Amino acid sequence: MNIVACVKYVPDASADRQFEDDYTVDRVGVDGLLSELDEYAVEQALQAKEKLGDDTTITVLSVGPENATDAIRKALQMGADKGVHVVDDAIAGSDAVGTSLVLAEAVKKIGAGDGWDLVICGMASTDGSMGVVPAMLAERLEVPAVTLGSEIDVNGDSVTIRRDGDVATETIEASLPLVLSVTDQSGEARYPSFKGIMAAKKKPVETWSLSDLGVDAEMVGLSAAWTVVESTEARPPRTQGQVVIDEDGSGATALVEFLASKKFI
Amino acid sequence: MSKPTLELLTLARRIGEPSAVFIGDPGSAAQTLKEYGAEKIYTVDDTDIKDYLVAPKAEVLAQLVEKTSPAAVLIPSGGEGKEIAGRLAVKTGSGLITDASDVQPGDTANGGAPVTTQSVFAGNYTVQAKVTKGTPIITVKPNSTTPEKLADGGGAGATEEFTATISEGAKTARITASEPRKASGRPELTEAAIVVAGGRGTGGNFDAVEGFADAVGGAVGASRAAVDSGWIPHAFQVGQTGKTVSPQLYVANGISGAIQHRAGMQTSKTIVAVNKDEEAPIFELVDFGVVGDLQTVLPAATEQIAKRRG
Repeated sequence: MNIVACVKYVPDASADRQFEDDYTVDRVGVDGLLSELDEYAVEQALQAKEKLGDDTTITVLSVGPENATDAIRKALQMGADKGVHVVDDAIAGSDAVGTSLVLAEAVKKIGAGDGWDLVICGMASTDGSMGVVPAMLAERLEVPAVTLGSEIDVNGDSVTIRRDGDVATETIEASLPLVLSVTDQSGEARYPSFKGIMAAKKKPVETWSLSDLGVDAEMVGLSAAWTVVESTEARPPRTQGQVVIDEDGSGATALVEFLASKKFI
Repeated sequence: MSKPTLELLTLARRIGEPSAVFIGDPGSAAQTLKEYGAEKIYTVDDTDIKDYLVAPKAEVLAQLVEKTSPAAVLIPSGGEGKEIAGRLAVKTGSGLITDASDVQPGDTANGGAPVTTQSVFAGNYTVQAKVTKGTPIITVKPNSTTPEKLADGGGAGATEEFTATISEGAKTARITASEPRKASGRPELTEAAIVVAGGRGTGGNFDAVEGFADAVGGAVGASRAAVDSGWIPHAFQVGQTGKTVSPQLYVANGISGAIQHRAGMQTSKTIVAVNKDEEAPIFELVDFGVVGDLQTVLPAATEQIAKRRG
């Protein structure tokens, strides 16, 4: 089985994330890393391989700037077999629509020989946080999307998930090939072992540009985006109000007085 | 009708004449939709839709967009809503904006697109944006506005049955089982005006948190630590990988305030925290805080609130 795990290289959420002058995300001035939610996608790919056997190949795919190789490397250290990095200046500033186009073409190219069976994504990126790329990918690849799985079961020809939907918990099932997205409830992502870190150094990573994918530069990037950011404004940091120390019930009294003063009770 | 749906109608009225789309038989809901401004209500037979995940709904909307050329499509943010929106954007060649906290008319009077407001980077930035291609598709967060019931009886509310063609390709991700979430009797977390949340500091006992939530008429929430410990279902998790809330009042109890959690509640209007640890990062955000044990502070506060009522 050929599995493609999509990962994104994102600015560290605990650092000071900001925008460039053109309102694109600053991906240079802040340290980046493999998006935490994508670790779960890699983990589920590894679990599928452990279940289905060594005939399974896991390709980790990332579209991103030069440093996105860090994200790919981490996934290889976790146990993925090979990597594909799509990098091209023209992609900078792409919206989700443009990103999904590049990813879809990369998946097709990865599957060019033996085909591809399963694309696994995280539930959302930790920077854009839109959560729409898996559905868009499925739309472009013309396959089912089985998404937001919290319990995952990959079989030889199908995938079944449990999904905590908006109003109900559902069991969803579809035949391969398909796009699967997994939540952070799907199972703890493993830390790379020392052996994994050493083995990763020998694993192949291919680098592709837009022309390798046959994607016209005019279809992607900031100027091709179908949305525009008109302004960004940093929220003033919240200033701490009153903090009291509870002593013999004084805390509760102060709390109730505060709530009453704000008309919450 | 859920509050987010009514909010969508109120927002839609800023831009133009709202048409509501209802999959299945609306029954008495049609009257509510009318009262909140729906000029048209498209009803769609759900036979080929209800057993499949997302894809058929996206096809219905794509066909409706083609037929009616709306000024925008508004969808509630949520797992399903965003996926429908994603597929719809690709199908119709349209731009997509997710998790808008506000939608304003912008230049729609002259054929321009509505302008959205979003809160990004864990609430550290506010962004104004608009769609520049196709039919603007916007998913809207709950609590974006107060739903307005029209005084004059509402919109026309004309019901029209829409026949959609669902392709075989859309009928592929099957819902084979469904367990509806039990109603808690409390407000829905993402829609509530007040949220009372518990974290690691509860030690697994949410009684004090729930009692206080009931005293203030709020919804119950939880931190990821509480959910990961198995104390409370994931549906109650507030944070980057759970629900994002922006209520009038957020009370964090026994929650340290890690960035993952803050991302889910930082834009709340008023923030209160109760925590034993005075160094807890959550206190940096608060309008009011108590350094103390939630298991004593909350029950005492609950009792005082009851006395005030009585």
